[in-house]
Amino acid sequence: MRYGQGPDVLSHLNLALAPGSFHFVTGPSGAGKSSLLKLIYLAARPSKGLVHLFGRDVVHAPASEKPKLRRRIGVVFQDEMLLDHLSVFDNAALPLRIAGRKPADYRNDVAELLTWVGLSQRMDAMPSTLAGGERQRLAIARAVVNRPDILLADEPTGNVDHEMAVRIFRLFVELNRLGTTILIATHDQELIARSGRPVLHLENGRIAPRPAPMPRPAAFGPLS
Amino acid sequence: MSDRGMSERGMSETFTPQNWRPAPFLPERDERDGSLIFVVAVLCFLACLTAMGVIAANRAAAGWTGQLTGEATVIVRPRGGETPDAAAARAAEALAGTAGVSEARALEASKAYDLIRPWLGDVSDLEDLPVPRLVAVTLDGRHPADAAALKAALAKQGVDATVDDHSIWIKDIRRAGGVVQALGVTIFLLIAAAAAAVVAFATRAGLAARRDVVEVLHLAGAEDGFIARLFQVRFARVAGLAGLIGAGGAAALGVGLRIAGGGGGLTPALPFAWTDILAVIPCPLIAAAVAAAAAQFTATRLIRDMP
Repeated sequence: MRYGQGPDVLSHLNLALAPGSFHFVTGPSGAGKSSLLKLIYLAARPSKGLVHLFGRDVVHAPASEKPKLRRRIGVVFQDEMLLDHLSVFDNAALPLRIAGRKPADYRNDVAELLTWVGLSQRMDAMPSTLAGGERQRLAIARAVVNRPDILLADEPTGNVDHEMAVRIFRLFVELNRLGTTILIATHDQELIARSGRPVLHLENGRIAPRPAPMPRPAAFGPLS
Repeated sequence: MSDRGMSERGMSETFTPQNWRPAPFLPERDERDGSLIFVVAVLCFLACLTAMGVIAANRAAAGWTGQLTGEATVIVRPRGGETPDAAAARAAEALAGTAGVSEARALEASKAYDLIRPWLGDVSDLEDLPVPRLVAVTLDGRHPADAAALKAALAKQGVDATVDDHSIWIKDIRRAGGVVQALGVTIFLLIAAAAAAVVAFATRAGLAARRDVVEVLHLAGAEDGFIARLFQVRFARVAGLAGLIGAGGAAALGVGLRIAGGGGGLTPALPFAWTDILAVIPCPLIAAAVAAAAAQFTATRLIRDMP
């Protein structure tokens, strides 16, 4: 995969994620982690090769079928991509509105989720008034609100404190238990070490052997 | 509480999931709306003036054609020892009894002299010249007699005459009316196309400015048509408002012209009527429809280019 006429950002990549699996993808900045996620959430097309999702080739799928596929994927964007003219509650409820659900069917679920991520007091705030960590938690709430089949998260705990990072990770674990396939791109080696989940290491757009993991801090136990 | 929250619910009301109402996906206001409304309103104003002008011009052409088709002029030349006045009287009598003729009246000799005097100058012995007499014929409004019927009636009575049914003028007036109408429609279409281009440009700018919204909706699984419709509704609303302003301005000007022009309309050549002002009524709807089509087309094309 490449952007425009630039160099390959991903190449010779061959991987399969089993339904219901939980993986981390790691690697230095510019290794291709975000590009890999973009391929999966259908925001980019590979210049060569195939992407299969839900048992079908999505690269050559008709444009009319892609919205339905996208609704099955939750994404936590690195830059959050919140809509600044919508309230916290509206942002969190966005995927459900797009899916055509009636507000009466989901308003309590959205409120419960926002409470879970610590935004119960900010439901009617505008994103521009939120702190960095609050924005990230809102982005996570929006990504998981419709219980997607696949959850992709790009540095989801980059701006939150340790306690909230653990809380968010537990949310992902809970979703995974309910059947969601999860792929998290992160630099957070501690989170990876404590999770005990398989790791995909990228370097220069290719899968590479993972450097020796950092030792798990003695003070913390496993997360899941 | 946010500014929006305060404005919508009031400061005393606290937010609960139960009182939440989904907000519009697109921001309700855009700083560019003012300029867009101004430009489209001006275009609508011009379009409405054109429409009113075309209607008034059509009425003028129809009036002139109606006057000409309702009348005919017969030029009578005396034969043998018959006096011109006697020949004219005989012609009038023959024509009056013809089907499709309401009235036939021999004009006084002075009328004929008045017609040729400009060509000959103020000649003292003009009355001695063998000037043909005229018969003014008023035709039946519903079933007017044609030139052939008039000629036949005159020939039957042995009157030497030429029938002028004004057909040559009618053709010219109809042609002129058609040209005015075609010109008006062309100007109207050009204005509509300009309005569509402005809205298409504004849609592009709007999409570029709200690319974040488009991208989030797109990646969250919104159908392309759904996203395009958001822009379609938004620009239809803006253009509809602009159309209302433009049409209102044109109607106000129409009222002013009608009052200033008096009973004859703006001028006798352009008989502007009160009912012509009604032509502005469809303007907001047409403006909204053109804007909706332009926005839908532009938005669909732009969204289609996304991965």
